[in-house]
Order: sequence, then C-alpha cells, then structure tokens
Amino acid sequence: MTKQEFVIKLRKKLSGLPRQEIDERINFYVEMIDDRIEEGLTEEQAVADIGTVDEIATQIISDIPLGKIAKERIKPQRQLEAWEIVLLVLGAPIWFSIVVALVSVVFSLYMVLWSVIISFWAVLVSVAVCSPALVIAAIVAAIGGNGWNAVLLVGGSIVCAGCAILFYLGCKYATKGAIWLSKQIVVGIKKCFVKKENV
Amino acid sequence: MDIQLKRGLLDVCVLAAIKNEDSYGYKIIKDMKPYIEMSESTLYTILKRLELAGMLTVRTSEHDGRLRKYYHITNAGLGRIQDFKNEWREVMCIYQFVTKEDK
Repeated sequence: MTKQEFVIKLRKKLSGLPRQEIDERINFYVEMIDDRIEEGLTEEQAVADIGTVDEIATQIISDIPLGKIAKERIKPQRQLEAWEIVLLVLGAPIWFSIVVALVSVVFSLYMVLWSVIISFWAVLVSVAVCSPALVIAAIVAAIGGNGWNAVLLVGGSIVCAGCAILFYLGCKYATKGAIWLSKQIVVGIKKCFVKKENV
Repeated sequence: MDIQLKRGLLDVCVLAAIKNEDSYGYKIIKDMKPYIEMSESTLYTILKRLELAGMLTVRTSEHDGRLRKYYHITNAGLGRIQDFKNEWREVMCIYQFVTKEDK
C-alpha cells in the first residue's frame, strides 16, 4: 500500500469524527511514514510498519470520547431554515421520546448485563457463607449428641466450600467477559456514528 | 507488565526521550525501543495528554521540504521526571524488602 492509499483509507474509516481531529492524526501518521522512508525503508515497508488501517482506526475511535463523536454527528452542516426549526420544535414530542426510548433501551441492556453478574456474585457469597454456617451447625449438633447429623452437616459444609471455589472461577471469568463486552458495545456505538457518513 | 503500571511508565519515558533535546515522533519511538515498546497510536495519545497537562510544548518546523513536529519539555515536565525518581526510590526500597528472602 502506498502512503496515498493509506491516507485515503484511514480518512474514510474516520469520516464522521471531528475534522480537525482527523487531520491532526493523519498528519502524525504521515510524518511517521516519511521518517521511516528517510531512514531507508521503501514506501510500502514504511506503511506496513505503521500497522493496518483497521487497527489504527479502531484504536483512534476508542480513544475519542463518545460525547465528542456524537456532538460532531449531531452538529448541522449548515444553518437551519426557519421552517426546519419550526418542524423540529413541533416534532419534539415524537423525536425526543424516540431518542429517550433508544437511550433507555441501551441503558437497560447494560443494566441487565451487570445485574446478571451481580446475581452470580450474590450466589457465590451465599454459598461461601453457608460453608462456615454448616460447620457451626455441626458443632451444635455434636454438642447435642446428634453424631450422625453432625457428620452430615460437615459434609454439607465441604460441598459448599467446593462449590464456592468453582463459582468463584466462573464469576471471575463472567465479570471479565462483561467488562470486555461493555467496551465492545461502546466502540460499536461509536462506529455507528462514524459509519453513517460513508454511505 | 501490568497495564496501569506501563501507562504511568510510558508517560515518564516519553518525557525522558525529550529531556536533553527536542525530539520528534519517530525518534522518540526509536530511542525508547530498546527499553519499552510502544505503538504510534499510543505515542500520539501520550503526547496529547502531556501537552494538555503542560508538560511539553509542540512546534512545527520544516525538515527536508516537509513539516515535522518537534516536542519540547517544559519545567512541569522536568518536575514530573524528578517526581518519578523520588517515587521510584521508595519503590526500590519496597522491592528490596519484597525480595529479601530470595536467596
């Protein structure tokens, strides 16, 4: 890939981001490529050395805050006509409620995800608490002369402890997965904003 | 290396790379390479952050018929390096304590 192609591809991937931001980033990468060429690399090698366009674009998009991207997208490209403003105001009950609904849906999905994680941890805590509680119950049973019951309770306690250890591993991976998923969602939303301009 | 730890170290490394003389993007990456690897995107983010924090200033000047950005360390940036040295002395003390039993 030549430098020119690299710049065109990257610019396309980033369209929809603030203009100044794109120019500044691209200038930075161009300088990096030029410096490599100056050092003796061919243009192709220098571009390959920087990394793929997709990697760079994803990294840049995840760097820029969602608010900034959304603001840039919402900003009108020209002055609005009087009738458009009137329509916007009149239509407010409709479009405003749609926006609120969309945001609520995304937010509730996010909450559902984390509620599942919280419930996992709650189960873990309750099982973990059961284990010493059963030991206490076993001691009480033993003191009361109920030998077989005590053995049963100690067995239950060991089972609970084992389950707690297994659950802990599960909870840990589920939490990590949820964090990863949340990040993907944010990047996905950002990409939605960016892509629109390519059409 | 732990991501949080590496992030903190990279900031100081970039400042150290421009400590003695003004430098530019590619040279910073090259100078740091033997010690710590860093991608272009990461460097961009760090330079931006350090600039906003007033630890370095940027000037554009012509080089070989094209423009190149040079980064210059400020007093605040030098202060950050000094802070790092002081903090690290404490960390080294702790390190010695932690590894004392390894014989």
